[in-house]
Amino acid sequence: MPKILTYDFMQLALLAAFFVGLAAPMVGVFLVQRRLSLIGDGLGHVALAGVAVGVVTNQAPVLTALVFAVLAAVGIELVRARGRTSGDVALAVMFYGGIALGVVVLGTSEGGAPTNLDSYLFGAISTTTDTDVKVFAALALVVVAVTWALRPRLFAVANDEEYARATGMAVNALNITLAVLTAVTVVVAMRVVGLLLISALMIVPNATAQLVAGSFRSAIRIAVLIGVVCSVGGVTTSYYADSPAGGTIVLLAIALFLVAAAYNALHGRLTGRWHLEAERHEHEHGTDCGHPALEHDDHVDYLHDGHRHAPHEGHYDEHHLTLDDRRENPRDTNRPDVHDDPVRHR
Amino acid sequence: MTATSPTPDAGSPAVVPQAIISLRSASFGYADRAVVSEVTLDIQAGEVVAILGPNGSGKSTLVKGLLGLNDHLDGEVTLFGTPVDHFRNQARLGYVPQRHTLSTSVRATVAEIVAIGRLPHQGWLGRPNREDRRVIQESLTLVGLADRAKVDVSTLSGGQQRRVLIARALAAQPDVLIMDEPTAGVDLASQAVLSEVLARLAGHGSTMMIVTHELRALRGVLTRIVELDGGRITFDGTYADHEHHHEHPHDKHHHDGHHHDDDASRASTAAGPLDHVNRKPGAHRA
Repeated sequence: MPKILTYDFMQLALLAAFFVGLAAPMVGVFLVQRRLSLIGDGLGHVALAGVAVGVVTNQAPVLTALVFAVLAAVGIELVRARGRTSGDVALAVMFYGGIALGVVVLGTSEGGAPTNLDSYLFGAISTTTDTDVKVFAALALVVVAVTWALRPRLFAVANDEEYARATGMAVNALNITLAVLTAVTVVVAMRVVGLLLISALMIVPNATAQLVAGSFRSAIRIAVLIGVVCSVGGVTTSYYADSPAGGTIVLLAIALFLVAAAYNALHGRLTGRWHLEAERHEHEHGTDCGHPALEHDDHVDYLHDGHRHAPHEGHYDEHHLTLDDRRENPRDTNRPDVHDDPVRHR
Repeated sequence: MTATSPTPDAGSPAVVPQAIISLRSASFGYADRAVVSEVTLDIQAGEVVAILGPNGSGKSTLVKGLLGLNDHLDGEVTLFGTPVDHFRNQARLGYVPQRHTLSTSVRATVAEIVAIGRLPHQGWLGRPNREDRRVIQESLTLVGLADRAKVDVSTLSGGQQRRVLIARALAAQPDVLIMDEPTAGVDLASQAVLSEVLARLAGHGSTMMIVTHELRALRGVLTRIVELDGGRITFDGTYADHEHHHEHPHDKHHHDGHHHDDDASRASTAAGPLDHVNRKPGAHRA
């Protein structure tokens, strides 16, 4: 057994990191979809007020933070649902009010040392207790289960709220549920990555997944995988490098994002240079357009006057024509040179 | 075609052919401010109705009111024989909203968007089964996008994205399609394809309510035209009547119980040439 796993506190830390890495991107994808990427950050601010109240009143800070974050989440959705232009300002007041209250209450309480504040703001995973991990695990599993069950509907509402409403979906209830799931995730992640870095673990793995995925389904899977790899990998790295775990996890997630972005840019250049665009035509190829459809790897080409036209974004690409195509599709008799030369793309 | 499937009304043995949508002096609007008022209209199965009118005349407000997207302020609204306040089966109304693009902030394939239309037929823990996948594929075939199911929607052209929205509505297997400007703002080639799609749906006997400005593109498809102005119905009749109405604004027509003598110069849509109209008879369902 590697030395890292012989310490009880590291075992607990790795477990906690695993649950956080699993839940955060799963909830985060819907925040990205609804363009609410920073809402987790705001809820983290409010959770700090909850932590402070817990410390002062001798309650479990996790519990009080949960109550504050959930109330704030529901409040945000109610403000949003009313659609007032002042909603944005209302959120700012709520978020900064939360963090200011937290700092003041912790600072004036007798036992509230500033170090205590740091452990909530930036995470203190190595001080996780057995009970904490059990609570986190239970909460994380609830978040994962509920998010999984509601995934198709959360996707539908985030994609087109008006349509979802028109088909009779409980749009407001789903939005409030997502807000509560976000709040719970914030509290679960509080001890691992810290209240100031939580949003990163919800958003950055999804940003990376969006660069490489081809569908919503695969994007979620990739994001969850990245989340788990980064949180568990970050905690492991922090053990050997003696660095703060929360920051290490987030830096790891950002490094992966940069690698994916660089790969995308390079790949786009290499393939873009050698991709030929067919001549523009008003006719739209389709399954019953009259042009022979030919399977070509993962897509369909249409044989159009001696050219293979492959749908690509808003235009058609020229794909290589083989002799077999001509032989097997005598219907398409036009000579290739009848048409304008394909233009080079980009 | 799914929209043609017979829909027996449990509890109401076959009486008179029941209107799919029935309005009596209905008003819709936002927060107590009526945008359309005093609308009386019956839409029967098999009708393809264009809702015309200048910007701000209340066309969209009317269709959104039927879908429960704004406030029903006054009058009677009956959907499939059920007063709207007690109507729970929203999936029977297939909504195609007005969208210039299907802008998505995350990746989503065409099939994933169309699958949203299946949700009213799935339980909370349900996932698309074989039947769902079949309906999704069939809906995509009807709009001519069967070969694009696995493509990211944001890579499609504007006209193709409109057809994805139509396919999403079809996937819900509705009894009437309610479309808000399906052909607006797309290039002519896409508009032609969209008209073909609508003609194909009409050929299958689908009931449709189409808010539009482009009357000519839909000429062969429409069985009826309802025109609004200032939040009230100013014309209700056939395509031929509508052309005549705008050629001879001072003639008074009486059809469908609606009376109108509005000013033709305020018409929003250019009437087509006054030639014979290739109209389909309203194919009523059994």
